[in-house]
Amino acid sequence: MTTTPETFDSKAYLDMELLRFTTAGSVDDGKSTLIGRLLYDSKSIFEDQIEAIEAASEKRGEEYVNLALLTDGLRAEREQGITIDVAYRYFSTPKRKFIIADTPGHIQYTRNMVTGASTANLAIILVDARKGIVEQTFRHSFIASLLQIPHIVVCINKMDLVDWDEKVFDKTVNDYKSFASKLDIKDVTFIPISALTGDNVVERSRNMEWYNGSTLLYLLENIHIGSDLNHIDARFPVQYVVRPMKNEYHDYRGYAGRVAGGVFRVGDTIKALPSGFTSKIKAIKTMDGDLDEAFTPQSVTLLLEDEIDISRGDMIVRENNVPQIEQTLDVMLCWMNEKPMPLRGKYILRHTSKECKTLITEIKYKLDTNTLTRIEGQTELKLNEIGRVSIKTTVPLFFDSYRKNRQTGSIILIDEATNETVAAGMIV
Amino acid sequence: MALDYHLNHLKELESESIYVLREVAAQFENPCILFSGGKDSIVVTHLAIKAFYPASIPFTLLHVDTGHNFQETLDFRDKLVKENDLRLLVASVQEAIDKGLVREEKGYSASRNALQTVPLLNAIEKNKFDCAIGGARRDEEKARAKERFFSHRDEFGQWDPKNQRPELWNIFNGRKHIGEHFRVFPISNWTEMDVWQYIYQEQIEMPSLYFSHKRMVFERDGVWYSDNPFMQKKPDEIVVEKVVRFRTIGDISCTGAVYSEASTLEDIIQEVASSRTTERGTRADDKRSEAAMEDRKKAGYF
Repeated sequence: MTTTPETFDSKAYLDMELLRFTTAGSVDDGKSTLIGRLLYDSKSIFEDQIEAIEAASEKRGEEYVNLALLTDGLRAEREQGITIDVAYRYFSTPKRKFIIADTPGHIQYTRNMVTGASTANLAIILVDARKGIVEQTFRHSFIASLLQIPHIVVCINKMDLVDWDEKVFDKTVNDYKSFASKLDIKDVTFIPISALTGDNVVERSRNMEWYNGSTLLYLLENIHIGSDLNHIDARFPVQYVVRPMKNEYHDYRGYAGRVAGGVFRVGDTIKALPSGFTSKIKAIKTMDGDLDEAFTPQSVTLLLEDEIDISRGDMIVRENNVPQIEQTLDVMLCWMNEKPMPLRGKYILRHTSKECKTLITEIKYKLDTNTLTRIEGQTELKLNEIGRVSIKTTVPLFFDSYRKNRQTGSIILIDEATNETVAAGMIV
Repeated sequence: MALDYHLNHLKELESESIYVLREVAAQFENPCILFSGGKDSIVVTHLAIKAFYPASIPFTLLHVDTGHNFQETLDFRDKLVKENDLRLLVASVQEAIDKGLVREEKGYSASRNALQTVPLLNAIEKNKFDCAIGGARRDEEKARAKERFFSHRDEFGQWDPKNQRPELWNIFNGRKHIGEHFRVFPISNWTEMDVWQYIYQEQIEMPSLYFSHKRMVFERDGVWYSDNPFMQKKPDEIVVEKVVRFRTIGDISCTGAVYSEASTLEDIIQEVASSRTTERGTRADDKRSEAAMEDRKKAGYF
């Protein structure tokens, strides 16, 4: 058991990194138990929460404290015993702060998985050691790769039910590797665990001496995430124009936003899109003082030497490194609405801080997420389906492929009549 | 070219919150900040000041005053508003009671907590606020774990858990029909510890209630309440003087104090780090039923 330190190290807390990860797995794979175990063993669970789940477990007639109850929040879910929505959990160790996007595993919740995966640095994919790789494993891994999650950790769970057998682990690893070669997965690690007993989750397993890798928590705390963001291609979508209307700031016109890629420095020559006008960065402002440089994902305000007309939806980039500028483009779309998307459907599109209208001009193919086969000749996309479509927008977008930059390569589609977000798109 | 561009987690969270606040200003016509005088709404206000600096915050501060506030909370609020040149609007629960819009609860466990919903929704409608920014965090309570940054409320101010829009990357969809509004929670991803560490890092001034002080209190169901004229005491509830502080601040009639000698921010942080009860564990309003918060959100609470 990890020991609680006598005094909390405030200074160390002020200098930790943040890691966002998703957990994917079906109801029976032990995912909720795993999360409960991470929260419990890192002492992120409070006494009154333990009391509450003990009481709830008892009320449901369960014999042991069901750690999964910690994570099922909504009444309907608790009644049915499954997770319906994306739930965000928080815990930290002395090394890092973690945000867990806990998503359901069933195919009918693909949209939730896509949502949770969109901001994740890492995905934990849970496999039941008794069953090995199943259809769901393909789908979860595919979604992780589609959403360009940089790191994947495959946890082969319930090792206690297969006698801690190394051969079972090895076979599962090999099966996974052979199908994963078809996917765009950069970094995969495999860990044999038992969420129920805690083996290799936080504490090293004494039942699996043959395993020499790290525990799950050790990996989560130490995996290098510094290179996950695009620090090369400078991209600044203008979010808001700051005009103080105060005497001492008479001519002040600040372009506020969050750096979506790369680095901007004072003195850099920049180009504003769509106008194409150029200028130099005069200052990078924050309330805590001026910066010499700003990098992703900092939120800052840029002041330029020249007065050029820039508004929300425009983008500031470096003169010699511009994004693609097009009105026709291909996207991998995940449909998220009960009402299917028809060919020639019209929607509102949001990309960074820009909004415009778009038309679906072609459905190139639909993907079977369990086998990764392409199905052509489709005239619509239904809820939870993923396909490659061609779109045409009313104004040019300034984008990068999603592989290159998750911020400037992503879009959402909105139904104009209902205002619902109907799709998530990754620019090809 | 330097290779090590990384932000620590507080800076990353701060950047995300500032981004969210700027999105609100860009997407809505008349946003307000729901200000309670508690630490979360104080941090949100601080973040808003940062987000629009050097311009003023383009939001009104809205305080739903139950009439059961700690005086310290009201004084702190007024001082903050004056020092930062903010616009303040107060919606009064007492007024709603007087007009017969809501009925005061009776009995020992009466509180005005649930009565806030009506004056809040009325203020939103009357002032045509199309967005209300709150300091709620997802780690606070079970029902909040599923909340979005941008949470759509229908024309009755209601929240439907089955019908929340998917929120992808950081592209926020604040589109709505007339009469509907949004609740936005810029510090959704912050934990209680993050909030206190940020307050410490930024040296943000906090109401004295959060720090250890002597107070006349009485005990009920294992929780110490400040002696006040709004709560009916049972015969066996005896008032004593204790050295306490408040970890979370709601109404005087539903906020429990904890025994504590934490008198500085560093002390508070140490205490929070080793605490065995959740922050809201001392709030009587959440204890009433297992799904208490969820039910209140469905009815249009915060």
